[in-house]
Amino acid sequence: MHARRRLQQLGAAALLVAALVAASGTVSSSAPAPPRRGGSLSFIVSAEPPSFDAHRETTFAVIHPIRPHYNLLVKFDPLNYPKVVPDLAESWTVSEDGLTYTFRIRSGVRFHDGSLLTSRDIKASLDKIIFPPQGVASARQAMYEMVESVSAPSPNTVVIRLKWPSATFLEKLASPFNWIYKADILERDPRWYERNVMGTGPFRFKEYVRGSHWEGVRFENYWKPGRPYLDGYRALFISSPAAQAAALKFGQALVEFRGFAPAQRDEVVQFLGERATVQESGWLCNLLVVPNNQRKPFDDFRVRRALTLAIDRWGGSRALSQITFMGPVGGVMRPGGPFATPEAELTKLAGFGRDLNAARQEARRLLREAGVPEGFEFTVKNRNIPMPYIPAGIFLVDQWRQVGLNPRHVIQETGPYLADLRAGNYDVGVDFTCDFFDDPDVQLVKFVSSDRNPLNYARYTDRLLDGLFRQQSRERNLQRRLQIVRQFERRVLSDRAYQYHLLWWQRIIPHWKKLQGYKVGPSHYLEDLEEVWLSE
Amino acid sequence: MTGPPDALPARVWLAAARPRTGGRLMRFARRYPLAVAGGGFLVLLVLAAVLAPWIAPYDPLANDYLSMFSPPSSRHWLGTDSFGRDILSRLIFGARTALLVGLSASVAGATVGALVGVASAYFGGAVDLVIQRITDILVSFPLIVLAMAMVAILGSGTANLVVAIALSFAPRAELVVRSSALQVRHTTYVEAARAIGAGPWRIILRHMLPNVLAPYLVMLTAFLGQAILLEASLSFLGLGVAEPTPAWGLMLSGAAVDFVQKAPWMAVFPGLAITLTVLAFNVLGDALRDALDPRLRV
Repeated sequence: MHARRRLQQLGAAALLVAALVAASGTVSSSAPAPPRRGGSLSFIVSAEPPSFDAHRETTFAVIHPIRPHYNLLVKFDPLNYPKVVPDLAESWTVSEDGLTYTFRIRSGVRFHDGSLLTSRDIKASLDKIIFPPQGVASARQAMYEMVESVSAPSPNTVVIRLKWPSATFLEKLASPFNWIYKADILERDPRWYERNVMGTGPFRFKEYVRGSHWEGVRFENYWKPGRPYLDGYRALFISSPAAQAAALKFGQALVEFRGFAPAQRDEVVQFLGERATVQESGWLCNLLVVPNNQRKPFDDFRVRRALTLAIDRWGGSRALSQITFMGPVGGVMRPGGPFATPEAELTKLAGFGRDLNAARQEARRLLREAGVPEGFEFTVKNRNIPMPYIPAGIFLVDQWRQVGLNPRHVIQETGPYLADLRAGNYDVGVDFTCDFFDDPDVQLVKFVSSDRNPLNYARYTDRLLDGLFRQQSRERNLQRRLQIVRQFERRVLSDRAYQYHLLWWQRIIPHWKKLQGYKVGPSHYLEDLEEVWLSE
Repeated sequence: MTGPPDALPARVWLAAARPRTGGRLMRFARRYPLAVAGGGFLVLLVLAAVLAPWIAPYDPLANDYLSMFSPPSSRHWLGTDSFGRDILSRLIFGARTALLVGLSASVAGATVGALVGVASAYFGGAVDLVIQRITDILVSFPLIVLAMAMVAILGSGTANLVVAIALSFAPRAELVVRSSALQVRHTTYVEAARAIGAGPWRIILRHMLPNVLAPYLVMLTAFLGQAILLEASLSFLGLGVAEPTPAWGLMLSGAAVDFVQKAPWMAVFPGLAITLTVLAFNVLGDALRDALDPRLRV
């Protein structure tokens, strides 16, 4: 009897312990740990910024190390793409006709020099982007063609008036490159920000050592209470994929926000085991082949078309996806995205078909017709970023040799490479487009005439194309808009073959588990480190 | 073998020595078997480079996506790389890059250095002082650093690589040749040439330069190995020739590093090629130095 009671007591105690364990387990798995303040985040950036001014640049090499020094008017929520959330704008209203956007600006926001931000700073920054003064480059000017004016009627109000309604204007305004600068500085020297840093962002600039690192420290007077969580960050410039993987494996860095190739991912995960996690996503990035439309023989449409016909994109996709983060075959809109070109339509475009032999025969015929001799030599200008530019260059050289051409691969630092592309000092370039949002206005603007968009390095003028761009931008009916987008795509990639996509990218981010508050999305431009924290 | 007597111009001495060349070569071979092996390897290398289009089993630039990362096999003796390119073919064609850059840079660097060194020794005084201080500054930089700086200024590419390596070698050659030329400057035949009214450049080119050929040749062989190593190092660092040009250093970098665990043959064979070639040049250079330097002769 005594023994039975003891057993009952033990059973009850065991049940109680089990219940407590279960309860504690439930608590720990359902409630995420609260963000921890402190620590410095080291991350890898695989290229150095060509300048410090995001308004003129298009590369992650500017965004990753420098974006945390700045705020935007509105921004994409890095944890919830594609939701647009307030940043320096506290709130906004849109008029019924969709032509007037009125933003209420936060009060008490300070620049890193201690001065207060007003609507004048926002107007000056947006004016520099949308209506840049003579001699000042703006990479996204063409995207804001619909903007009529920006005004600052009061210190905490900004009003943007449009010429025609744009369904995704707010998203366009949330471009992660639209950093807000100080009006006084811009008035004195609109190019000051190309070589200097001064914003309102969560981190102050500490130092930049070329070839080594960029460092930021927490801005104690940051307007958002409790943010940032980190004490600081250090962006390490490491270009070699092998060195990047090694830095991640041995904890020199916790993450690289752009993307790794499958082999690097596997290496890191195998080494770190439970300490690593991997996030993957489609990617709003692709590589473009850009013939110089003003240079002979690439001014001849037949030569440009022959170049695209020679490329085996489907075979390349299978092969290159094993060694790089390139993969999906797609047209002007992201494969897998809401506006993606269906494969049946895509394969009708020159160079995107499944019959490679026929395409290459056609390419040879076109080259003969255009008077391009067998073994014709030309240069393929490329960036010295190993992933994915150099493998893409090797691939292209091989593809064009198969139709009797003799391309020479020229690899340059990002700065001189961009300078040459901008100046038209190239035969064929390997360019890229990386965007922050799935929208034809954003993806197609790259292809409007070079005189309307300085980012179009192919150097052509096509008013019909410009008209199609404007037409789709104003079209409110989705189906009709899609039809115009397809028409635009056919003209750029196939009919005129001005420039064309090689492959789209697939985003793979392995990182240390202790990095929290970070979620991978289809754009690698959205991270501002405001919500990021370290669990240990 | 004897060196040129002070009283005889080099031409006369070389002509007198000619009938004994075959015998000297045999003695050299018996005395320095490693150098002969090195020389044999280098001859094979030169033949491979010259005959590359005929002996390479595959096009070194052709991608073959069905053969990516193939291990060594009867089809691909040394395996394939991440683009399915045949490694043996790339090594054979890579020998062209190595020898082209190595030979051009070494000859150019050693020749420029020798000319400047002899001129510096001949003129002496302020000319010598200025040249020596500039040389001191240049040799204070490690070779690779100097070459990297030159490439940074000139840009990458085969021609610029040759110029960069040659310019890095020149001050080192200048120092060595100058010290030999200083001894030659006071020889009686130089004095005699001066006495009969020969101009400075005639004396330098006709009388002094031929008499510093021994250190020049030794240096040249040493530079050849170093130049190939430098070319490989600069290409490895992304400063040399660009992909897809077959070059040994380039073959060792990039994907060879990224995929070293998956396909070690991508790194092993180019590494072996560089090692063996540099070793061959070094043993040959050492033997030549021993054979040509009278002070080292027993």
